[in-house]
Amino acid sequence: MKPNQRYSLAALAQGALRNHQNWDRAWQSPPLKPQYDVVIIGGGGHGLATAYYLAKNHGIRKIAVLEKNWIGGGNSGRNTAIIRSNYLRQDSIRFFDKSVQLYETLSRELNYNIMFSQRSEVDILLTNTSMRNMRRRCFNMNLQGVDFKMLSADEVRQRIPVLAPMKECRLPILGGSVQSRAGIARHDAIVWGYARAASAYGVDIIQNVVITGIRRAENGEISGLNTDRGLIKTNKIATAAGGENSSVAEMAGIRLPLQTFNLQAFVSEPIKPVLDVVVNCPDLQVYLSHSDKGELVVGGITDAQQISFRRGGKLAVLDSTVAGLLELFPTFRRLKLMRQWGGALEFARDGSPIISLTPIKGFYVSAGWWGGFKAIPAGGLTLAHTIAKDEPHPLSACYRLNRFDTMNFLMESGTTVPIH
Amino acid sequence: MLLIRCPWCGLRSESEFHCNGEVRPIRPHSSSLTDQQSVQHTCDRLNFKGWIEEDWCHSKGCGEWFRLNRHTVTHEIDQD
Repeated sequence: MKPNQRYSLAALAQGALRNHQNWDRAWQSPPLKPQYDVVIIGGGGHGLATAYYLAKNHGIRKIAVLEKNWIGGGNSGRNTAIIRSNYLRQDSIRFFDKSVQLYETLSRELNYNIMFSQRSEVDILLTNTSMRNMRRRCFNMNLQGVDFKMLSADEVRQRIPVLAPMKECRLPILGGSVQSRAGIARHDAIVWGYARAASAYGVDIIQNVVITGIRRAENGEISGLNTDRGLIKTNKIATAAGGENSSVAEMAGIRLPLQTFNLQAFVSEPIKPVLDVVVNCPDLQVYLSHSDKGELVVGGITDAQQISFRRGGKLAVLDSTVAGLLELFPTFRRLKLMRQWGGALEFARDGSPIISLTPIKGFYVSAGWWGGFKAIPAGGLTLAHTIAKDEPHPLSACYRLNRFDTMNFLMESGTTVPIH
Repeated sequence: MLLIRCPWCGLRSESEFHCNGEVRPIRPHSSSLTDQQSVQHTCDRLNFKGWIEEDWCHSKGCGEWFRLNRHTVTHEIDQD
């Protein structure tokens, strides 16, 4: 275990003098060991954050993070990098706002610039139904002491001057809402920042390992796992495998109440600064932001109800998203879309995630993430607590798996999640 | 864009259709279910890679409901 070289202006200046030959590897990838205290399946934001908090807060050192491809190559690299906490239910607001708070200090904590830009998220509302829904969310947010306020139509236009003029709108803009602490961050930096910090604590980050089976002892407890590189002994396995959690859980012998859907996003060619807030329009089912590189990052909706493990996209969704985008911003009609990507996201029956113990002793789950990017710090923090103490963290107790047994749902579908 | 065959209208664009998810058993009367079975009916869903039988509706066309097989990885459709 070797402490990280500190990133600072002085280190950068020193590097400049030595032709930048002085930089260590950001994180270590030692050979796989035959035994670990905790094995985390999935080297994305959630998996690496969990490893980091396990090592930092709970003093567990023999941890492996196993990744099938490369770290941050799954949903951590396939999102629209939006961070916000404007949910409907009290428990969700507390959890996601904790995440925003952790993001606010994460660059300093990890000594890695995650480029968190709290540029505000503005919702544009075109129907009375969504005005009413948003006002309800606003009241709930304010009850929890989280910043969120309603905007008049004029205020929305002041904040987003590039919006279509009133006479060109099919549906008039009735108003909006804003969370000023919301924003975007650099997704690769978050993955690498956590990887680097975890690695400094001695966490083994292993890429290109495929899990082929999960072993259980005679009493049913977890005893290890089979991989394409051989057997690993461990008593605690956590799965944070993005769209693949169902398959992992099946290997362990349980079925999670999840379905995997495809969600896609696109970026335009880079343009001059035109939009300094994150924009979301629930009525047209489109959301976008202007990235630091100058590209417009546009997110669409999912193919409701259609299970999909494909990471590509679908033309029908692109079509409807672009139509929604141009309705708000006719100016963008000449922009070219440069890239498009899709991610396999999981949806639990109530639209809320699962961070939980399971009926199998030693098997933990972080799954059902829909917009899991914004939850990486809080998800890692609470899952680490769950693994170390064998009991849920107070913030994530609402996300326990057995809520489905009693139908004690935490309904977030139809709020920030456009599915029902 | 997928082309989907509506039993009435023939091959039409996917955007005219609504998918209602996997074909599910009809819910038995609640008096014949234990709590656990009732929960299972509500929460248990298929989630696997491979062919799945789904209910679809030609919602922006004639409104007909029908079934088709779709592959959850390749999105291929088999209506034979």
